[in-house]
Amino acid sequence: MKIDRRSFISLGVGVIVGSTLTPVPWKLTDDISIWTQNWPWTPVPKDGPDSYKTSVCTLCPGGCGIRVRKIVDRAVKIDGLPEHPVSQGKLCPLGHSGLQFLYGPSRVKAPMKRVGKRGEGKWQKITWEEAISAVTGKLKELRDEQKPHTVAWVAGDDRGTLPQLIYRFLTAYGSPNFIRPPTVQDAYELAAYLMQGQQGTVGFDIENADHVLSFGTGLFQGWSSPARMLSIYGKMHDNKKFVQIEPRLSDTAAKAHQWVPITPGTEGALALGIAHVMIRESLYNEAFVSKWAFGFEDWTDDSGKRHMGFKNLVLKDYAPEIVAEITSVPKPMIEKLARQFARAKKPIAVSGRGQGHLPGSLDECMAVHALNALAGNINQPGGVSVVAEPDYAKWPEVNIDKTASKGLQNARVDGAGSDQYPNARFLLHRLPEVINSTKGDSPVQALLVSDANPLYTLPDTQATKAALDKIPFLVSFSSFMDETASYSDYILPDHVFLESYSDVPTPPGTVQPVIGLSKPVVRPQYDTRPVGNLVIQMAKAMGSFVEKAFAWKDYQAYLKDALKDHWDQLEKKGFAFIKGPQDIPFTDQFNTTTGKFEFYPSARNNANGKDKDILPNFTKVAIEGESGQLPLILVPYDSIRLAGGEIGNPPFMTKTIDETVLLDQTVFVEINPKTARKMGFFEGDRVRLSTPRGQAEVKLHLYEGVEPGVVAMPRGFGHTAYSKYLTDKGVNFNKLIGPIEDPMSGLNAAWGIRANITKA
Amino acid sequence: MNTNDQQHPASHPASPESGDAPEKRSNGSGWFILLFFIIGFIGSVLSGWLLFPNMLYSEKEQPIDFNHELHMGVVYEGCQSCHYFRSDGSFSGIPDLYSCSGCHQFVQGTDPEEEKFVNEYVLPNKEVPWLVYSKQPDCVFFSHAAHVKGAGMDCKTCHGDIGHSTHSRPYQENRLTGYSRDIWGYNIARLGEAKHGMRMKMNDCADCHEKETGHKGYCFQCHQ
Repeated sequence: MKIDRRSFISLGVGVIVGSTLTPVPWKLTDDISIWTQNWPWTPVPKDGPDSYKTSVCTLCPGGCGIRVRKIVDRAVKIDGLPEHPVSQGKLCPLGHSGLQFLYGPSRVKAPMKRVGKRGEGKWQKITWEEAISAVTGKLKELRDEQKPHTVAWVAGDDRGTLPQLIYRFLTAYGSPNFIRPPTVQDAYELAAYLMQGQQGTVGFDIENADHVLSFGTGLFQGWSSPARMLSIYGKMHDNKKFVQIEPRLSDTAAKAHQWVPITPGTEGALALGIAHVMIRESLYNEAFVSKWAFGFEDWTDDSGKRHMGFKNLVLKDYAPEIVAEITSVPKPMIEKLARQFARAKKPIAVSGRGQGHLPGSLDECMAVHALNALAGNINQPGGVSVVAEPDYAKWPEVNIDKTASKGLQNARVDGAGSDQYPNARFLLHRLPEVINSTKGDSPVQALLVSDANPLYTLPDTQATKAALDKIPFLVSFSSFMDETASYSDYILPDHVFLESYSDVPTPPGTVQPVIGLSKPVVRPQYDTRPVGNLVIQMAKAMGSFVEKAFAWKDYQAYLKDALKDHWDQLEKKGFAFIKGPQDIPFTDQFNTTTGKFEFYPSARNNANGKDKDILPNFTKVAIEGESGQLPLILVPYDSIRLAGGEIGNPPFMTKTIDETVLLDQTVFVEINPKTARKMGFFEGDRVRLSTPRGQAEVKLHLYEGVEPGVVAMPRGFGHTAYSKYLTDKGVNFNKLIGPIEDPMSGLNAAWGIRANITKA
Repeated sequence: MNTNDQQHPASHPASPESGDAPEKRSNGSGWFILLFFIIGFIGSVLSGWLLFPNMLYSEKEQPIDFNHELHMGVVYEGCQSCHYFRSDGSFSGIPDLYSCSGCHQFVQGTDPEEEKFVNEYVLPNKEVPWLVYSKQPDCVFFSHAAHVKGAGMDCKTCHGDIGHSTHSRPYQENRLTGYSRDIWGYNIARLGEAKHGMRMKMNDCADCHEKETGHKGYCFQCHQ
């Protein structure tokens, strides 16, 4: 009898068996799991009393009202503002991710000066005084050399008080080159101006329409004010019908009641085909057309010359069988679409592809607008209205000196407003080509960029980079280390939207005119300054006439001055209603020469005087590349889960992306299984995608929802700057496409490019 | 496995004597093994039931010994005088210093606890670090309005008859999780009536919901 090793093992077994009959293992398991949730080294924001601040999101022009929850002085959550008239308490994923812009790692924390080569990423922190004097020093130098017109400023928007301030600065300085990046509003505005004689944004009253015919518009993918559209979708019952015409089964097409696949780039022809059926079968609104429209019937001008009207053009050239040939939409479907549209009580037609990053073809936009006129829904509830620019931003005239006056007489560098493009206001996409094709000195000697990221958003990234290389002085006012900022010489970082004041004019695409006020929700996190303040400080440093144009202490004083009638309400509620189209009598709505809606827009540039070039017509927008070597067509698509514009996708949103869109660092392009089979490819194959403008390595995702012969690629990847959370994920679509000029307007109408895929 | 089974009968008859010796040895120490097993078993069971619950919790005193009964006698609206709903529907929970200093700007009585409260917290304007018996993790969303206003429940259903207590009882903190012993319940086996109001683990919420509403509730109702 001995106490040996086995006795102790037995003791241990006894302890273990015994413990299972006690609460110890069960209670400890529970406690340990809770303990792991509260590890002291897990970062948790400090606790404290909470509070809410209302503001307006400015991450896109949608202008949604937001409510920011704060714990002490830290913002912890952004939600929709229930009482906001546009967004009605909804918010898109980008808005919800807004805090990642405030606290994220890609922010520029202080003014910087480049010390290495451009784009090398070597920076030196400088003081604000040094930064401002560096910029004004260069601007003064150019003015002294009588070259103020070689300065250009690319600003994110042309509406609201900040763009006005920049415009005022350039005017006093002597440069005509205030340029805004392209958007679908360019085409809408131009169509409304030509056909209705009204200046302003175009609003679509989808809330009150009962039949929405969308020509590829990403209504539920971030178009207009995304939260507004989500709210409409959420409240949609059987009383509203959505029809989506698009070459790809997009999220909008999937949510719509009907998806009509179409050959890409032929949407304008289908609109005219639908117009044909409506006219042939007398399904159009005769009361409106006969009383309020001009150019529908053939007409004779003062010199006795006969002109063709819209009716005869459409009846002659756009019979359904002809349109079916062009669009590959079957003839009975065209007739059905027309009858559905015409017989609805409040039909509305919307044009512009995806979220509306590009203007597209002016003819296409006018053809769709003509459908609205045929339905008689112009300036009607549930129809299309032109929302005039708010008149709150009015200031004393600017006095300018001789240098400025001479500078302003120069043509704009982008060619907008020239004899060739008399109707266009901004043509930023032309800038790289203009600079690259100029021999000798660049026509732009100094480029200032605020709220924009042309090196990412402009088509043909290589050409844009080459153009920037030729510009000797490049300044970015970006809050983030984006592509353009990281390629510039100086960065004068702006506050982000949760740190500063700015006004938000009526969101494009909406009808109810409303101004929003974006307010500081938290103290500025870093040593940044609002661009508005910088413009005034730069003007003061420039002295003389430029300084005299700015009587305000800072941007906030200027803003308060501009919004004086609305300020108190804006401060309190975050938004204020202003006068809109419903306040203008119907008889005063058309400011064309005829005082009517013009199917035949007499203000349209008619260099060769052909009626067909003036009427809304279908001219197929050319596509770059030879079909022999490049058998496929590459088109972009937008997703509400991806920020495709100048702003980088926040990590919250990247997390929501499907693994058939992005896996690890590689982006997928969608291809029809039939096309893939014919070319010998399978799901997930890694391939080289090449276009005339560039090539990239991608993976294939087989998807029946894309037309055969078409490959579709998401917009918003392939950033080369920002932080490690965004850099080198996928491919930038703009790297693979170039601009295609709409011959009538000069706007960028590119909708796709020829492409090929080969084994990587 | 199969090969082993076949080898055993083959090897056994080969050495019949050698098989006896280990059998004897195991008989001899077998009692010890059993004894040790029983010692381990009983020791483990006893300490698991008697020692463990006391070792798991540390005991802390509240910073101020608060007398609910005394306060209930001088306020007009019962519990709601201090624990009220704000206009936005949120619940004030533990009153902040501002609410208390309305009356206790200066020492009013002779209670040393009140003197301590005024001198250590009111005058230096420092919030009292009350230890909250019902504190839940951050991942739990709980609405007082839904229970008190919506379902018309009494405070004491969950919190016990705390409104008539004359002293703050010690706060027993779970050494691992940091939460109060009240959450799990004083009985380590979670048997019988809870000592102070209601136990507040997730299953307790679910049980009550099932009893009262017929459904345990959905995940996102509390884990928002």
